[in-house]
Amino acid sequence: MLAAAPGKWRPFAGGTDLMVQLESGALPEGQYLGLWKLGELRGVRETSAGVEIGALTTYSEILASDLLGREYPLLGQAARETGGVATQNRGTIGGNIANASPAADTPPALLVYDAELELISVRGTRRVPYDAFHRGYKKMDLAPDELIARVRLPKRAPGWREHYRKVGTRKAQAISKVCLAAALVMDATGGAVVDVRIALGSVAPTVVRARQAEAAIRGQPLDAAAVEAAVHALAQDIAPIDDIRSTARYRLSVAGRLLRDWLRRV
Amino acid sequence: MSEVPAVTVRLTVNGREAEVRVHPMRRLLDVLRTELHLTGTKEGCGEGECGACSVLVNGELVNSCLTPVLQADGADVTTIEGIAGGPDVLHAVQQAFITHGGAQCGICTPGMVLASVTLLERTAHPNDEQIRAGLAGNLCRCTGYMRIFEAVRQAATSHTAAGAGKTK
Repeated sequence: MLAAAPGKWRPFAGGTDLMVQLESGALPEGQYLGLWKLGELRGVRETSAGVEIGALTTYSEILASDLLGREYPLLGQAARETGGVATQNRGTIGGNIANASPAADTPPALLVYDAELELISVRGTRRVPYDAFHRGYKKMDLAPDELIARVRLPKRAPGWREHYRKVGTRKAQAISKVCLAAALVMDATGGAVVDVRIALGSVAPTVVRARQAEAAIRGQPLDAAAVEAAVHALAQDIAPIDDIRSTARYRLSVAGRLLRDWLRRV
Repeated sequence: MSEVPAVTVRLTVNGREAEVRVHPMRRLLDVLRTELHLTGTKEGCGEGECGACSVLVNGELVNSCLTPVLQADGADVTTIEGIAGGPDVLHAVQQAFITHGGAQCGICTPGMVLASVTLLERTAHPNDEQIRAGLAGNLCRCTGYMRIFEAVRQAATSHTAAGAGKTK
């Protein structure tokens, strides 16, 4: 259907944001392709390479997965802080990605886990690294005839110390003002950072990897100087704005504090 | 809601079969209140932020203001009207709300009761953190929440003791 009339049909999964947009008149009335009953796009599967999560897997299903809770806990932490139980029962990981709100809760965790998307269409299947998927505000590497089918997370070496922190007006049922997902692994002696991932939401037109902040500590001992260098570099990685939820100044300040707070305690 | 023709949607609501002919994207909330005359479910915000419209669809709590009725086709729906065991048999949650003063204006109450009922079905003896998480999607402007949490704690003890309430 998507191939026959590209752009005519808009994929619709749980609808937790599309319904809001539709009811407020922000979307054309158009045609919606209901995906909810496509069972083959649901479920969490362990593979030899890591884990595969069907695009229609809901936040509640993510929370119920022992495998994800053990191996990829930041996903559950993000899911737990998204809306409330009713939202979590209907919101899907694929929908969250494709809706591409810069404030979405799960994408920073997906970036930390080096996620890869599997996109399908009548033309075939293609894989896109998630950190190359979002190209600009609500612009993504997804053709009008494609659906996100699966999210793949590679197997991870042990030893990563992980962190997730969402800052919002309330502890639940709030869209974030700033959101940080991060992880790092130290060398055997604990002397230096071997590798690190830092990702943020609500501070740019898309979810972002803070690569300059990462570079400031990768390979370094995690001392006060390195921490400050990372916080300083973070300002180059993000581009926060004033909007109805917060201000650029607040976001810049709080993003830096979240990072410093984590690096001092990790 | 113009050019798309009406579709027939069949669903079970509080144990009774219902059939409506409506636009497929019509909100489940509106179908319940208007076509099916079940006005217990309330609209608080219309954008999934307040939980006043919460119902159970196939046993899962959802915001009916965000659910197109077509996605409830073939589903088993429970609204506040279906929570009591009968005309004089309140669910343990309802009784506890009365005992503890968990309702003032009442607009959040149907959704709060649904959220509490489904919480206790999943976690028979929730701790305070679990109660708050289970009800996190339901906003109340009147009570300050404390009496609602008390009611849920009370219902947790009497719910399992009496096995009260038909919940599906």
